[in-house]
Amino acid sequence: MIARLGADLSPRSAVPLVVLLAAFLLAPFFVNDYLLTVLILILYFAYAGQAWNIMMGFAGQLSLGHVIYVGLGAYVAATLFTRYGVGPWIGLLAAIPVAAACGAIIGYLAFRFGVAGVYFAILTIAFAEFARIGFDHLDFVNASSGLFLPVKQYAHNDLWLLRGAPTMFYYVILAATVFAFVLCRLLLHSRIGYFWLAIREDEQAARAAGIDTFRYKMYAVMVSAAVTSFAGVFYAFFYNNLFPEQVFGISRSIEIILGPIIGGVGTLFGPILGAFVLTGLAETLNALMGAFGIDLPGAKQVFYGVCLLLVVVALPDGVWPPLARRLGLIGEKK
Amino acid sequence: MPFDVYLNVAVGGVLTGLVYGLMALGLSVIFGVVRVVNFAHGEMMTVAMYLAIVLFAWFHLDPLILLVPIAAVLFVFGYALQASLINPFITRPEHSQFLLLVALAIIIANTLLIIFGPDARAVQTAYAYDSFQIGPVIVDAAKVYAGAAAIIVTAALFAFFRLTLLGKAIRACADNHTGALVVGLDVRRLYALTFGLGAACVGAAGTMLVLITDATPMVGPGYTLLAFVIVITGGLGSMPGALFGGVLIGVTEAIAGLLFTPSAKSMFAFAILVLVLLFRPQGILGKRMA
Amino acid sequence: MTALLTVEAVSKRFRGLLAVDRVSFTVPQGAIFAIIGANGAGKTTLFNIIAGAMTPNGGTITFAGKPVDGLPPDAVCRRGIARTFQIVRPFPALSVEDNVTIGALLHRRDVGAARAHTHDLLRQLDLFDKRHRLASTLTLPDRKRLEVARALATGPQLLLLDEVMAGLRPTETDRMVAILRALNRETGLTILLIEHVMRAVMALASRVLVLDHGVAIAEGAPEAVVRDPAVVQSYLGAEVV
Repeated sequence: MIARLGADLSPRSAVPLVVLLAAFLLAPFFVNDYLLTVLILILYFAYAGQAWNIMMGFAGQLSLGHVIYVGLGAYVAATLFTRYGVGPWIGLLAAIPVAAACGAIIGYLAFRFGVAGVYFAILTIAFAEFARIGFDHLDFVNASSGLFLPVKQYAHNDLWLLRGAPTMFYYVILAATVFAFVLCRLLLHSRIGYFWLAIREDEQAARAAGIDTFRYKMYAVMVSAAVTSFAGVFYAFFYNNLFPEQVFGISRSIEIILGPIIGGVGTLFGPILGAFVLTGLAETLNALMGAFGIDLPGAKQVFYGVCLLLVVVALPDGVWPPLARRLGLIGEKK
Repeated sequence: MPFDVYLNVAVGGVLTGLVYGLMALGLSVIFGVVRVVNFAHGEMMTVAMYLAIVLFAWFHLDPLILLVPIAAVLFVFGYALQASLINPFITRPEHSQFLLLVALAIIIANTLLIIFGPDARAVQTAYAYDSFQIGPVIVDAAKVYAGAAAIIVTAALFAFFRLTLLGKAIRACADNHTGALVVGLDVRRLYALTFGLGAACVGAAGTMLVLITDATPMVGPGYTLLAFVIVITGGLGSMPGALFGGVLIGVTEAIAGLLFTPSAKSMFAFAILVLVLLFRPQGILGKRMA
Repeated sequence: MTALLTVEAVSKRFRGLLAVDRVSFTVPQGAIFAIIGANGAGKTTLFNIIAGAMTPNGGTITFAGKPVDGLPPDAVCRRGIARTFQIVRPFPALSVEDNVTIGALLHRRDVGAARAHTHDLLRQLDLFDKRHRLASTLTLPDRKRLEVARALATGPQLLLLDEVMAGLRPTETDRMVAILRALNRETGLTILLIEHVMRAVMALASRVLVLDHGVAIAEGAPEAVVRDPAVVQSYLGAEVV
């Protein structure tokens, strides 16, 4: 079912999809700056979650240290920009191989030595923490003092250097999210996607069917890492400051996975829906608390925790599958 | 640097390591028996630390005395948690269990943040600045007491598992779940008991740790990770392994903190973890899993 | 007769237990070869060795003229040996069609072509009507046929069936026997099967090997083997004869 959800979207779902896309395209004209930032955040998590989903939802490898690819992407692009004036899109061309190589190393070490399941997850955390502490001491990138990107007042939007108004960033991340969605759909329907699903379902049986599981797991990790690195590049140029503590922090890894898990691991819409639900509710909570004058640092995380708890206990497949069924967006093919 | 300094630091590391070992023992017991990845382990320890701080502030009782009630409280908490929330998750895929406990960890840590605020808290005992001198070695009194208490609690736990019927029943569950069911052991109750015991270990370790270090709400994940590193390094299913791993990590961290910058010391723990996972996944003292 | 699979003095030891003790036999091309014996005789271990899931401690295995012992399971499958499992292992969350398509994609790049081949196989194995159902919702006999279909989709020359009749009622057993016989007759598929269900063995096999405590104690035509006193004593019991 999880595999078919994207594949067998009935023709009925085409209309809502178009409407949704149109809504996203027109949003900046109707919302204020604050809401626009919220939307950017939602799309950012939708994108990152989608990228993570490739490894987990498709190939069944649980990465809890995914933030390492975001961080690498961010620092590579930011360093190239601050030191050598290289624009972010070129920087992305450098960030992708770096992230993919990192993924390859982690994947190789894990898969060659039979590190799987929980142990694999812990390994990914260890690598992410290693990177965090490492970058915290790396003077080349300003270590813990932070790396800052120069921000001048922008008279117009510079897409090449990603300097400009939030609206520009909004469309960039929207395009990226659409790209990620399309990419995932293509992958899922391809030979590689089928092999990934087989590995996720039962690795032994997949091997018995002739699949070189080592190779395909490596592909999953590397593709996921490469796609995730763009999130880092975006992060660097949107926030303009990087601190290893924040960029590589373990809570960031958890934030990335919350969306797909709440939305539905392995589905195409899960990460997007999950990001919406999570960030939307969190911001609502923030607004409510602000309205009552309550300032509780940590309240938002408690809320995240409770959401995660409820979803894990009551909706193990995520919110999307039952919702999609209810809306009749997926159906049995004849 | 003179050899004395290394020795002092190493001994301090051993003692701290014993406390780490006790914490990791709790995880080993839980992971080894119930086979649940307790990602909230560090947070349970943080709760214990804050309990110690609060009770110390109210009643001025030494943490070493508070050890018993706090361990008891954590035992009940662990038992209840396992029996109510975690039990249905034993048969669920690993990532579900993981996430359940991650959710709990987030809730606990941030609730503590809301209650206590982000600033560090500590316990100031009368002997906080005392030290013992044995030959060339100078050691903090607090560390000695903490280390000694850790050994006593660990010994008690070993005795429980080796000598009592209940302890053997729990080990039976760990060895062979189906077999345990077949001979009529109430596995659910034993699991809850085990989780409670693991939590009690963490409670004891946390109480002792406040003698050595400060508490902030966000130290949880660091300790959870440390516990995993120790358990995996020392060997899953090996109780001496957890203790050994704790001491090993404690000493490594201490010496690394001396040789390099203190903030980088956890990198060594992670490096050890990666090496162990790759080359000796059953751990140094562990048995190969079936 | 050309030998498709040659097993030569294969042994497997698990610490103190010698599970397979210098077993040798040859499976001719186009034959249906059965291995029988009591539980614990070493049949599945032998299978796992041939399929690459375990490495032998001694001996060699030659398939289509080339050695295959020591190859990992996926490489063995790519060489042309496909297997089923004693406890069925379909991909539970995937549809019947997807399950088999995964097998078909081994030697086909194009998903469309793979799916077309899948449909042919599903029709042969009487699963076409259920192709959109999830594998986890199927009954046991259907799941067994699904596993056979998935194995066949990889285009093997040799099919290893591990107790594929277990748990099937007599009518379902006959159905499976008919399917396997048709496959063997029409496509020349060589089949090596482990079986306890003697009804199926007698109906299918052209040659039978009997294992007892890891040792091959008899080999030959089915009618001869079931009368062999050693076989009767170790496994069959007097009633069968």
